[in-house]
Amino acid sequence: MSNVLFDIPGPKARTRYRVFAVLGTLVVAAVIAYIIWRFIDSGQFSARRWEWLQYAQVQRDLLDALLATLQAFALGAVLALVFGAIFAAGRLSDHAWIRGISTGIVEFFRAIPLLILMFLFYYGAPALGISLPPFAAVVLGLTLYNGSVLAEVFRAGILALPKGQSEAAYALGMRKTQVMTLVLIPQAVRSMLPTIISQLVVLLKDTALGFLVTYPELLYYARYIGSQGTFGRPIVPSTLVVAAMYIALCLLLTALANYIERRQRRSKKHVEVERPPTTEDVVGVA
Amino acid sequence: MDVLLDNLDLYGPFFWTTIKLFLISGVASLIFGTFLAGLRVSPVPVFRAVGATYVTLLRNTPLTLVFVFLVFAYPLLDIIDLSYFTAAVVSLTLYTSAFICEVVRSGINTVPVGQAEAARALGLTFTQILGQIVLPQAIRSVVPPLMSMLIALLKNTTIAAGFSVAEAGAIRQYLSERGDNQLVGLLWVALGFIILVAVLSFIQRTLEKRWSVAR
Repeated sequence: MSNVLFDIPGPKARTRYRVFAVLGTLVVAAVIAYIIWRFIDSGQFSARRWEWLQYAQVQRDLLDALLATLQAFALGAVLALVFGAIFAAGRLSDHAWIRGISTGIVEFFRAIPLLILMFLFYYGAPALGISLPPFAAVVLGLTLYNGSVLAEVFRAGILALPKGQSEAAYALGMRKTQVMTLVLIPQAVRSMLPTIISQLVVLLKDTALGFLVTYPELLYYARYIGSQGTFGRPIVPSTLVVAAMYIALCLLLTALANYIERRQRRSKKHVEVERPPTTEDVVGVA
Repeated sequence: MDVLLDNLDLYGPFFWTTIKLFLISGVASLIFGTFLAGLRVSPVPVFRAVGATYVTLLRNTPLTLVFVFLVFAYPLLDIIDLSYFTAAVVSLTLYTSAFICEVVRSGINTVPVGQAEAARALGLTFTQILGQIVLPQAIRSVVPPLMSMLIALLKNTTIAAGFSVAEAGAIRQYLSERGDNQLVGLLWVALGFIILVAVLSFIQRTLEKRWSVAR
């Protein structure tokens, strides 16, 4: 780990590090103090701009907005997992034409920015005579984009398993489907679970793009309440509150991923793959 | 085809803005992300804590929220006025460098311990070890994930369209004012991005082959 980069500090180095630490703390403290001073000076910390949080109606609306975010997340996540499973299977198929079609679809949706996908469904679809509500556009976009990424994750997980697993299964006389569903998928999902969950964190963050296609989710609400003159346009407080909510949600999901990863390492059913590929290897994070 | 040809005056400059956004924030986030990675492996605990806090906060915030903050909330603080384009560059850089930092850090961990030990035995200081021995090897070994991050950055530039930057994501808005078919227009935008991503993937593969470290 990182401590290979430096020796255990001796007396001289310890003093030097302490000086650096003090200087660093001072710089950071100065920056934070400056920002806080700007907040106070421009009146963002005045009680009037935080009052909105006390209104029962605002709290209810905030909860509704949170619920809207979670709805898009939940439906998007389930559909993306299904989409990913289907197209991962497609890309691993023995039939060249199924492989070709699945590869094409997965590559296509991975290369297009998610926002453009949402625009296609929200602003583009009416040209075909179909008009979708913002919710549908958001969920469809999330499904297609994250589903394609998950398809790659699933596929990588299955390919990373030791070859002996499928060979032994075939030697026992199992059929292709049996090998896949009984032997490969259970092990692959096990080793890929942390990666899958971190992709779900990305999906959760991406629901905020709904803001740009007028889906009334958390960020949309923050912008709305932030422009209310009656509360003194509290856009700074409202974005801070909403940011805290997003960060808390994402950290909860990440904590779940870490918990699962730790539990797996102890499990007897754990199969050692050389290095389970991460989403970063597959596509990076949108 | 008509939609594209009739509106070439939109597609050209708007995609050019996208490319500028991408290049400027790409270089900035590579520099800032590497700096953050340096903080995260430094011998001074305070620096490590600062780096870790920054990465945790930014990685778990939606990019759209960063944009909303910089475009709508930040001007109220009266610090330095940013144009919409600069605000977009700053948002993209702040967000992407958190991810670049993690990639570079994981690259540092792949460099064999012996390299740093040998450098230390030669009497190099921490900054010298990091800058001359470890980082050059670390960055080579993480070229593929770094490029994936940059591809993600390229796609993320579209979010700037929602915040008054005239780039590829905003073409749709102008098309709708001109009364053109938005579906076809958006499909051309999508094709543009597919081409740009293909170019980046090609660079990724070339660099990967040329720079892979033989160990």
